[in-house]
Amino acid sequence: MSSDNFVDIRDLRRVFDVSKPWLERTLAREGRQLLKAVDGVTVSIRRGETFALVGESGSGKSTVARMVVGLLPPTAGEVVIDGVSMTAARDSGARKRLRRRIQMIFQDPYASLDPRWRVGRIIAEPIRAFGLAREQGVEERVGELLRLVGLDPADAAKFPHEFSGGQRQRIAIARALASEAEFIVCDEPTSALDVSVQAQILNLMRDLQDRLGLTYLFISHNLAVVRHMAATIGVMYLGRVVEVAPAKQLFAAPRHPYTRMLLDAVPDLAMSGRPRTPVQGEIPNPISPPSGCTFNPRCALANERCRREVPPLRDGVACHAVHEGRADPQDMPEVAAV
Amino acid sequence: MTEPVLSVRDLCVEFVTRRGVLRALDRVSFDIGKGEVLGVVGESGAGKSVTGSAVIGLIEPPGRIASGEIRLKGERIDNLSPTAMRQVRGRRIGMVFQDPLTSLNPLYRVGDQLVETIRTHLPLSAAKARTRAIELLAEVGIPAPERRIDGYPHEFSGGMRQRVVLALALCAEPELVIADEPTTALDVSVQAQIITLLKRLCRERGTAVMLITHDMGVIAETADRVAVMYAGRVAEIGPVRDVVSRPFHPYAAGLMGSIPTLETATDRLVQIPGSMPRLTAIPAGCAFNPRCPHAYARCVAERPELLSRGAHAVACHLYDEPGVDAEALVQRDKVAAAVGRSRA
Repeated sequence: MSSDNFVDIRDLRRVFDVSKPWLERTLAREGRQLLKAVDGVTVSIRRGETFALVGESGSGKSTVARMVVGLLPPTAGEVVIDGVSMTAARDSGARKRLRRRIQMIFQDPYASLDPRWRVGRIIAEPIRAFGLAREQGVEERVGELLRLVGLDPADAAKFPHEFSGGQRQRIAIARALASEAEFIVCDEPTSALDVSVQAQILNLMRDLQDRLGLTYLFISHNLAVVRHMAATIGVMYLGRVVEVAPAKQLFAAPRHPYTRMLLDAVPDLAMSGRPRTPVQGEIPNPISPPSGCTFNPRCALANERCRREVPPLRDGVACHAVHEGRADPQDMPEVAAV
Repeated sequence: MTEPVLSVRDLCVEFVTRRGVLRALDRVSFDIGKGEVLGVVGESGAGKSVTGSAVIGLIEPPGRIASGEIRLKGERIDNLSPTAMRQVRGRRIGMVFQDPLTSLNPLYRVGDQLVETIRTHLPLSAAKARTRAIELLAEVGIPAPERRIDGYPHEFSGGMRQRVVLALALCAEPELVIADEPTTALDVSVQAQIITLLKRLCRERGTAVMLITHDMGVIAETADRVAVMYAGRVAEIGPVRDVVSRPFHPYAAGLMGSIPTLETATDRLVQIPGSMPRLTAIPAGCAFNPRCPHAYARCVAERPELLSRGAHAVACHLYDEPGVDAEALVQRDKVAAAVGRSRA
């Protein structure tokens, strides 16, 4: 592993037990049902970079985010941040010191701020918890943070309900920055916002990255937003990363058949009238995913091997057809109409 | 020109609250022709959904249509009695809402819901209605419809449910379909399927569609004309190509610029300063004036009317100000935005 990788996620897995209760299960003579939400994800993020995970619902992107910040213990695998393992068995002192440097921004700013706390107290909490300033200095620091995210220091005396969705997301960002975090995991930070407000928040996040050298793990289902924000993008499908590539390359020459399908499905504003391949089928049930490559039932290039063997992630893409040279990146074979 | 399917004139909708009368729609006017898809866009609170609800007569008290006219094929429908309106709703105007799970009754089989709707509106026997329901399900792309017709809504995936809702909306061959955020709850790959389907079905039948959404991409791909709404008013309306690629109204231009796209990589998105006004405090004159980079005295004093040039209409004083070269202004803005982008 090279030393400029700030975050290393190695073969991360998470299984959820979604079985019915014991009695019901026994009466119906059913076995346990396990859902592999994340099934062997390995990615690394460089310092100061924005790495994005995209995927549709159920692809496991939010589960990865929650494991990276430590909100959810992984079933297997390891998350190493700045050389310290977040998932080692013992809670070492190094890990406690690391916690301060990692923060998260959630999707819904209406749910992530305590409605009974004043904004000043919300932002001051991490400062006090980590003992980052003396009591007299806290207020000053809160004002500084509010100004940093484009709000007024006087807003500290208000309650969250007095703010609009976009302003609340600014407060959430200020809280994340309060602990002098270096690595911020953003789980769909603008999905609940209107487009013009989204633009304000995305611009703010980029400005802050430039000024403070932040590293972002950006989770989103919106490919256009991801293209705007990220340097490197990982595409997830049913718990696995199917393609990792620099943003420019991913959009110019997508390689995995799923990535191509996803890019084709996005309605575009330019109305270029480009021909598109109709989308085939839907995401299968993650409790009983298809064998081999989970995308095989929807893939025009699938063959016997794809149905049998899970393709490994090699050269940034997990697809037998690409590895075998059966998929020409230039022209995708026509898929029969729906 | 032939008579439009739907014609809305100077529609005002008000909500009476303790804090006074809120005007959710303020003199909204538009037409939708046969087989035409009109996209209605705007941000939360712009009045898009209220417009849809007003057309189908589902404004709940304390809301009320304060003034204006809604005509369906020339007949007024805004002043019909609730019973008469029920004949129109479903029969002549079909509806598709955002969440397919709440549009379907979870306790009834999909087929029973379709048959009930068909028989309410069309004089068909139960057996004939069932055959018709199977045909409809096949048409909306549900595999094995003879078998799936006896399934319950929870046995269908989100995309399949929205297909069923589409079949329900179209089962009485309505003249107009109102689709309120039909794909917002769906994933992109499923969204593409539903949008293509909606467009194809309505084109085949000549059904007029009012497509309400906040997703400009969906509009650009689907609609023939677009209305951009702001604070309960129509800011700009015109052919989709003109409005999306050459918006004139400063709000519409800002909105288009703020959307990240797959085609153009920019470092900075266009930002509209400030935020949407609350309905309790809509600015005097043009509702957009406090946020507008071009606002001048007239914008505060006087509300701009929707002024049309050809098919394109804009509610902005600059559009008809003598001595102001509007095109040049828009161009200057574009250049400024481009410079801002390359600098960032």
